[in-house]
Amino acid sequence: RQLRRNGGGGADGDDSLYPIAVLIDELRNEDVQLRLNSIKKLSTIALALGVERTRTELLPFLTDTIYDEDEVLLALAEQLGNFTMLVGGPEYVHCLLPPLESLATVEETVVRDKAVESLRKISQEHSPVDLEVHFEPLVKRLASGDWFTSRTSACGLFSVCYPRVSSTVKAEIRQHFRTLCSDDTPMVRRAAASKLGEFAKVLELDYVKSDIISLFTALASDEQDSVRLLAVEACVSIATLLPQEDLESLVMPTLRQAAEDKSWRVRYMVADKFSETFVSLQMYLCFNCIHSVLTIWLSDLCLLCPVSEQELVSDTNQHVKSALASVIMGLSTILGKDNTIEHLLPLFLAQLKDECPEVRLNIISNLDCVNEVIGIRQLSQSLLPAIVELAEDAKWRVRLAIIEYMPLLAGQLGVEFFDEKLNTLCMAWLIDHVYAIREAATCNLMKLVEKFGAEWAQNTIVPKVLGMANDPNYLHRMTTLFCINALSEACGQDITTKQMLPVVLKMSNDQVANVRFNVAKSLQKIGPVLDSNALQTEVKPVLEKLATDTDMDVKYFAQEAISGKHFTLINVNKLKMAIIKSEMHFNLLVFTVLVLA
Amino acid sequence: FMRVSTRKCPRPGGDMQWCFSQVKGAIDDDVAEADIISTVEFNHTGELLATGDKGGRVVIFQQEIENKNQPQFRSEYNVYSTFQSHEPEFDYLKSLEIEEKINKIRWLPQKNAAQFLLSTNDKTIKLWKISERDKRPEGYNLKEEDGRYKDPNTITGLRVPVLIPMDLMVEASPRRVFANAHTYHINSISVNSDDETYLSADDLRINLWNLEITDRSFNIVDIKPANMEELTEVITAAEFHPLQCNTFVYSSSKGTIRLCDMRASALCDKHSKLFEEPEDPSNRSFFSEIISSISDVKFSHNGRYMMTRDYLSVKIWDLNMENRPVETYQVHEYLRSKLCSLYENDCIFDKFECCWNGDDSVVMTGSYNNFFRMFDRGQRRDMTLEASRENSKPMQVLKPRKVCAGGKRKKDEISVDSLDFNKKILHTAWHPQDNIIAVATTNNLYIFQDKVN
Repeated sequence: RQLRRNGGGGADGDDSLYPIAVLIDELRNEDVQLRLNSIKKLSTIALALGVERTRTELLPFLTDTIYDEDEVLLALAEQLGNFTMLVGGPEYVHCLLPPLESLATVEETVVRDKAVESLRKISQEHSPVDLEVHFEPLVKRLASGDWFTSRTSACGLFSVCYPRVSSTVKAEIRQHFRTLCSDDTPMVRRAAASKLGEFAKVLELDYVKSDIISLFTALASDEQDSVRLLAVEACVSIATLLPQEDLESLVMPTLRQAAEDKSWRVRYMVADKFSETFVSLQMYLCFNCIHSVLTIWLSDLCLLCPVSEQELVSDTNQHVKSALASVIMGLSTILGKDNTIEHLLPLFLAQLKDECPEVRLNIISNLDCVNEVIGIRQLSQSLLPAIVELAEDAKWRVRLAIIEYMPLLAGQLGVEFFDEKLNTLCMAWLIDHVYAIREAATCNLMKLVEKFGAEWAQNTIVPKVLGMANDPNYLHRMTTLFCINALSEACGQDITTKQMLPVVLKMSNDQVANVRFNVAKSLQKIGPVLDSNALQTEVKPVLEKLATDTDMDVKYFAQEAISGKHFTLINVNKLKMAIIKSEMHFNLLVFTVLVLA
Repeated sequence: FMRVSTRKCPRPGGDMQWCFSQVKGAIDDDVAEADIISTVEFNHTGELLATGDKGGRVVIFQQEIENKNQPQFRSEYNVYSTFQSHEPEFDYLKSLEIEEKINKIRWLPQKNAAQFLLSTNDKTIKLWKISERDKRPEGYNLKEEDGRYKDPNTITGLRVPVLIPMDLMVEASPRRVFANAHTYHINSISVNSDDETYLSADDLRINLWNLEITDRSFNIVDIKPANMEELTEVITAAEFHPLQCNTFVYSSSKGTIRLCDMRASALCDKHSKLFEEPEDPSNRSFFSEIISSISDVKFSHNGRYMMTRDYLSVKIWDLNMENRPVETYQVHEYLRSKLCSLYENDCIFDKFECCWNGDDSVVMTGSYNNFFRMFDRGQRRDMTLEASRENSKPMQVLKPRKVCAGGKRKKDEISVDSLDFNKKILHTAWHPQDNIIAVATTNNLYIFQDKVN
């Protein structure tokens, strides 16, 4: 700012006016940021001007500033919602209507919405008389405006003035709302549809039945998809207002129709709102439509799945899926055992056979909810093929996901079923060609042992794991070590000392250095589980031998194990990783430079 | 559901004559590349007419307020606003220059006192607001109107600025920029009847945008094959149905038009209708595929028909009949024997556009030698007119032209060999209600109207 204040007293000017003068001048500064600052301090300006000049000078000026940038207008719309006291209290609150009216017609939705929000706020500060004299005419003007921006804004104002006006004016308001519901432009019909529920709530029940239901029916069968789907949302509010006996005849046909709409967007909206609506509609009414509706949705899911590769569309897709999953899961608890078996079970089974792995996984991952209601055994026959297929899916992330549900499934299916059907899968994962799968499989074994106990482990898992120690592939031999690391604690001292330790010790002679230093690490890991005798007589000599190994790493880890510095070890590992990583980065950098060159 | 049309449209054809109204643009024969008009579009009322050019500029003309005493001047359009919509850019990642040329302009339905349009070059779509201002604020506290600062010590009271009338000022401001969604060149944009979405099409993909959201769009058609060597066709144009928000069509370089229903699924790779006319084996030649490529597709106002333009003809399709067009009009059949030389001078790849009149009874499209053609669908009559400086006296009636296809040339006929292929009319537009047309020659915009008797 070029201008500096002259400090000294004795001048003619009023010192206190200076900051306000700056603020007022900056209302029309070329810099948007300064204008914005000034608008945000509008209350300071108004306070300095006094209520009279605020009403007669400031507000008329603001009414005509709708040329400004959106952010300035947004701030202005917000400020005016809190301006009642600054124009002289509720008695004069109607002076705020002209600037807010012009803001309610600008093209930016955020600004219009804020203006409507402020109008709704100050409507409460109008006396009943002022509401009819000033506010309601404004609503009418907006509702019959030439441009659809003003008519969309009107839709949000009916519900705030309706309860407080005379019955004649009420009739007019209802008429205006009806007109807007059949407006030429979809924008306005969308606005009306989105406010339908809210408006219904302030209407007398008779009018809800006579007016709102017909409007709801009309909007729900609008030619524009975007209008129909908003009408569905209103269903929730309307349903809560009507007595039980009217729901079936007044709301259900429309809802049913929406659920079977040709447009997937509308069906999605119904799916999304289904739980809410369902509760308010009382389930018994819906039984006759549940099945057909959900079946359509299931086919939707299959339809949408191929799209999932499209990054931009996957968003919608995931929404539909989660909406559906939550509906089904929510339903099983609401419906109870018998109904779930009758209505939902076929759907689960169908979904388990879906060609898209994500869908199947989605159902399996939510099994615990169903299990609470009907028990998982109902599903087991269909579950198995689905699990097997997922377990062998070509995408390793799918395989990884199903592994994570194994402990849950095992717990619910029971040990017998598991041994019979799933055990081989779990073992197969141990020799997967992707490390992440082998790692997860190891972890999975540990959780299974925690669930089924050491004895089970000794009979089923341990022999298979130890068998892998003789595998020609050193990666599989290392997997044996990783499994032992994971299982030793859960299996206990006896099994670890008698069965696992000999295998580990034998592997210390492995020709691959990686196996040998992992032996050292394993010995350190299982050390606490072993008794001191075994440690002294068996473990120590082997570690000492490894400490003289020709390989540097083997030597290092053997020494680490001997000194038992577990924490250092982790740090060194981390350091090693960091070095490897930075090398990779460097290589990448070199590569990039070469490519660019 | 049909919207009730209140259009009053005098039927053209018959005795209707077209006369010259205005010509815009420089008279020089020396044409600057940047001045070449690349698109012409009336708004929904016909009150405004926008052109885009290769220099990235948009010029908007406004129709003069109708003068009841001089109805012959009702088509006077004068410059309302001019602005630079796109600038040349350089894509550093791909080492590609991005031209500023405006490929398409589409007006939005009017939402308030301001006007809005979408303009696009090869890569980026912009939403522009064109608004009027006739008041300006006056009165500062700390300075004079001319900008001189006052002595702050003299401030004894506060002054709130007031708005005073001023000369009308038209401002164009960019409201949204829809970028980074197209790998290939954008050939079409089309606003949906739901007033909240629009589509943009490039050679291989069509995206759906919300007019208020710039950071994401939905890919609704993707014909890019996994292996680009298998590419056999590209998208040449796309348009939304004027009334059904879920329906759109796109045309291909193989001469087919696909109609898609967005209700069926989010990705419309599977069309619901395929419009294709079996090829006439007797006309089969090396150029068959090139000349069957569709350069433009336009729905009729009532949504019942669509029109496609290929190199030699205009076809009208009934949306309910996929196997052949209901009408076919030859635009310049006499060029069939010239295809070889048209291939050599690249003219065969020219992308002619086409348009409907207000009540869908007449269609118009351009040709060479600054000729343009009109086909009256009801009376099955056609007309060739010329946009030229020679016929540019006010209200001068345009004389129909005739090209001699061979044999003996009659008086007033032009020989095919003397046609100037550098003078081409690619872009034309018809006023949505009245018989006023805008025809773009290289760098001039001609406005013609029917003769009022």
